[in-house]
Amino acid sequence: MTKTDLTRRHLLGGAAALGLAGLPGRVRAAGPLTVGFVYVGPKDDYGYNQAHAVAAKALKGLAGVEVVEEERVPETNAVEKTMESMINLDGAGLLFPTSFGYFNPFVIAAAKKYPKVQFRHCGGLWTEKDPKNAGSYFGYIAQGQYLNGIVAGHTTKSKKIGFVAAKPIPQVLNNVNAFLLGAQSVDPAITCQVIFTGEWSLAVKEAEATNALIDGGADVITCHVDSPKVTVETAARRGAFVCGYHVDQSPLAPQKYLTGAEWDWLPIYKGFVADVQAGRSPPNFLRGGLADGFVKMSAYGPAVSDGARRNADAVKAEMMKGGYEIIKGPLKDNAGKEVIAAGKGLPEKALELESTNYLVAGVRGAV
Amino acid sequence: MVADTAASRIAVVPRRPSAAVQVMAWLARRTEAVAIPLGAVLVGLALFSLFLLALGKSPAALVDLVWRGGFSSAFALQNSLQRAAPLLFAALCVALPARLGLVVIGGEGAIMLGGLAAAVVAPPLSAAPAPLVVGAMALAALLAGAVWIGAVGALKAYRGVDATIASLLMSYIAIAIANHLIEGPLRDPTSLNKPSTLPVGDANMLGPMPGLGVHWGLGAGVLACCLAWLLMERTTLGFSARIAGGNVRAAQIQGLPVRRLIVGFTALGGACAALAGFFEVAAVQGNANATLAAGYGFTGILVAFLARHNPLAIPPVALALGGLEASSGLIQRRMQLPDATILVLEGLLFLCLLVGETAYGRFKIFSPHLWASKKEAAA
Amino acid sequence: MSQDLGLWTVPLAVIGGAIRVSTPFLFVSLGETITERAGRINLGLEGTLVFGAMAAYATAVVTGSPWAGVAAAGAAGAGFGLLHGLICSLPRVNDVAVGIALMLFGIGLAFFLGKPFIQPSAPPLPAIPFGFWSDLPQVQAALRVNVLFLVGAALSVALWWAFRHTKAGLVVRVVGDSAEAARAMGYSVTRVRVLATMAGGVLAGIGGAYLSLYYPGSWNEGISSGQGLMAVALVIFARWNPLACFGAALLFGGAGALGPALQSVGVSSGYYLFYAAPYVLTLGLLVATSSPDRALAGAPGELGLSR
Repeated sequence: MTKTDLTRRHLLGGAAALGLAGLPGRVRAAGPLTVGFVYVGPKDDYGYNQAHAVAAKALKGLAGVEVVEEERVPETNAVEKTMESMINLDGAGLLFPTSFGYFNPFVIAAAKKYPKVQFRHCGGLWTEKDPKNAGSYFGYIAQGQYLNGIVAGHTTKSKKIGFVAAKPIPQVLNNVNAFLLGAQSVDPAITCQVIFTGEWSLAVKEAEATNALIDGGADVITCHVDSPKVTVETAARRGAFVCGYHVDQSPLAPQKYLTGAEWDWLPIYKGFVADVQAGRSPPNFLRGGLADGFVKMSAYGPAVSDGARRNADAVKAEMMKGGYEIIKGPLKDNAGKEVIAAGKGLPEKALELESTNYLVAGVRGAV
Repeated sequence: MVADTAASRIAVVPRRPSAAVQVMAWLARRTEAVAIPLGAVLVGLALFSLFLLALGKSPAALVDLVWRGGFSSAFALQNSLQRAAPLLFAALCVALPARLGLVVIGGEGAIMLGGLAAAVVAPPLSAAPAPLVVGAMALAALLAGAVWIGAVGALKAYRGVDATIASLLMSYIAIAIANHLIEGPLRDPTSLNKPSTLPVGDANMLGPMPGLGVHWGLGAGVLACCLAWLLMERTTLGFSARIAGGNVRAAQIQGLPVRRLIVGFTALGGACAALAGFFEVAAVQGNANATLAAGYGFTGILVAFLARHNPLAIPPVALALGGLEASSGLIQRRMQLPDATILVLEGLLFLCLLVGETAYGRFKIFSPHLWASKKEAAA
Repeated sequence: MSQDLGLWTVPLAVIGGAIRVSTPFLFVSLGETITERAGRINLGLEGTLVFGAMAAYATAVVTGSPWAGVAAAGAAGAGFGLLHGLICSLPRVNDVAVGIALMLFGIGLAFFLGKPFIQPSAPPLPAIPFGFWSDLPQVQAALRVNVLFLVGAALSVALWWAFRHTKAGLVVRVVGDSAEAARAMGYSVTRVRVLATMAGGVLAGIGGAYLSLYYPGSWNEGISSGQGLMAVALVIFARWNPLACFGAALLFGGAGALGPALQSVGVSSGYYLFYAAPYVLTLGLLVATSSPDRALAGAPGELGLSR
């Protein structure tokens, strides 16, 4: 926790002089690169952690790469020790701490302590004042939720759709907004009820929230919690349709699963690994959406109409070109305040999306 | 038990036993206190080895990894000590009320409230010198914890509400209140995806203990354990509490202030737990957020029971558990075993230690009486 | 199709929630009542609950029969209960501590052995549609009652009756109130307590089966958020009375449904506080019904906690 302004400035100057790619790479180029993954929950959770673990598993097949993993690491200083242990005992040269809460202060502290190891954190907001051997990456999965919303908009009969959310944070709010805006692109009369559970993983509360949404009339449900398994199964049992999140949950509800917004971390991880293996410093700040291959969609389920498929496929094709603006002015939040002025729009890499603090008009719920 | 042996010694050996005999008797008692838990741990490890062998994994490899991950190097020890630090305070929150016969299991809530209180007082004082701010933070935490768990004691003393259920309920309530405040009125608007209170400021953060690399919570925790031991074993207050814990009616007949003792000891326990929260904020996180409820309060219950509510036994037990947890990651990575492996091992070891409790006094070789009579017979 | 019920959603959700969520609380607290009535505390039923959930799910996946899962959960619970009962029968062993150890052991073992069963889907337990008379899908959903809930309700009445009117019930109570009296009457205190702890374990295991096979109806490591521990605490709240256990479980389940239901009708701020409603309500009732003089009416005399 000591201030290291001097070193930081020195580093900044150095980096500027060398150019980011010119930073001295790892000396140990001959041996295999050990890549460490840290997960906050179980790695087979049908959700967030699994999305990363699937990519980690695929990395194991690459030549010259060794993968070490640790699951259920809390967002306390335990994660710092986990990373240090991977570095000291396993010789890890590239670390992926995948939970948001790891970044500040733990990843930053570890990066300062181990300047030769590369840290790339999922979800964090790396800035110039953070160590150069740290960085962050994240995908604009709201594009997937927008496509979910389009399919939901074609499928809903009650014109009400529902969202089970963990906490009112920007990454979640983006998804809620996109889900409704996608549905409203089909029918502007559609509304979306959101229920916050307050925790990232709490099975009974997620089931209760799903039931409450369906009791309130919603007939298409999606969610943003760590493990969507409970929500998907509960909704399907109640006869509602579901859109997936994080990974493909269609095996859990083959008839009711419409489509889903999935992560595709493997290309990103492959890129980072290739950079480090080649002695380059991987990018410090990486963001992308469908077009960049960070996000993909589940295959359509049997209940999706032809019209819905055509509509979603067309929008997806637009998104694949890059620069698609889901959040586009004029846009009001659900309290009636204008949040985006007419003529302004936010494409997938817009930094403003990282600090969303509103729910758009038509969402029932409050931040 | 001590009185028992003393009595029997006097019965068998009428004259005052020689110094050598006394030493032998003392040694025998102490050896028993070490040998039985050690034997229990060995039995536990043997059982766990069978479990591992059944799964086709090597028990030797696991023991080696526990040693390497938790104890063998400076880094490993640092890792274990860091994990032990909050457990010291959390265990005291169980051990202090236990002296009065109360089973308090709600330390987690006090940790969270303590951390929140510490984080809340710092920003308004940002102009003050750092020691003052840190002192105010600690004080705020102490107060919050003392009031919260002290209320559990008060409910017990004045309303007859069971402390176990009350502390558990109050813990859930505390965590809910803290989460509400952290994500609502007290949220730092710039804490985007990790809702937190305003930062306490870099200047007010506690550094590591020199030479150890572990934050000051460790030193303070060991000190708190020593103080708690002194209070329990060397003061009238502690003695009164023990009487009240043994038999409330007897204590009341003696004129002991049982109710005030209950409130006092629970409040003290709560204050200890809250200090764990204070150090999480002031030495680790730099603000209060939902991760303050990281389960230390629940692991602390385990530590306290393993230490048999003896404050001096808490630090070594916490270190042992910290070491097991520190090695958990290595075991996951090297042996491809799930993270729950350590949980199974902990449960098994704890069970064996408890079964071991029954062995005290069963082995003649540890009996001071035996040593005394042998010596005398030889003489 | 469903229609908007407005504010009626809330009471309906509370009733539905009480029926859906209460069953694990009910089974665990009934089981703990039997154990505590015999003079032992088993704080480890959280571990039994979680292991029962895993065992039930795994068995149902493998055999395809949810009822086989329930049986497996009950058997596993009996095993944990037996272990607790036997260890506590050794002299100088603290039953609260053994419970904590078994909680750890049960949860650990469940997570360890349950890894391969997180992905597959198990056949759920059947439910009876008591809401057939209504056209409203919300009412139909709220009144879909699982068989285990009915079993639990019947069991609470049966236990209440048995404690009063059967010899076995009387023996358990005598053993719990005064070991000496029981011995004088010629009963083996140890045997009664071990059997009572086993019975408690069986019920807790079945409570776990409900979690994984009906509601929320899936196996993962977050399946229980302390329900087992809370249920043990509810026994004190229910004053060791099986009928009161039923009431306490319903109250707790219903209050738990309040948070999501309120959000769905637009009361969206302060949801953490609404989620704490079951705990606040229980504490409030506990404080209101306690009194310092008759410290714990109905408490078995041999119980460590009731001093």
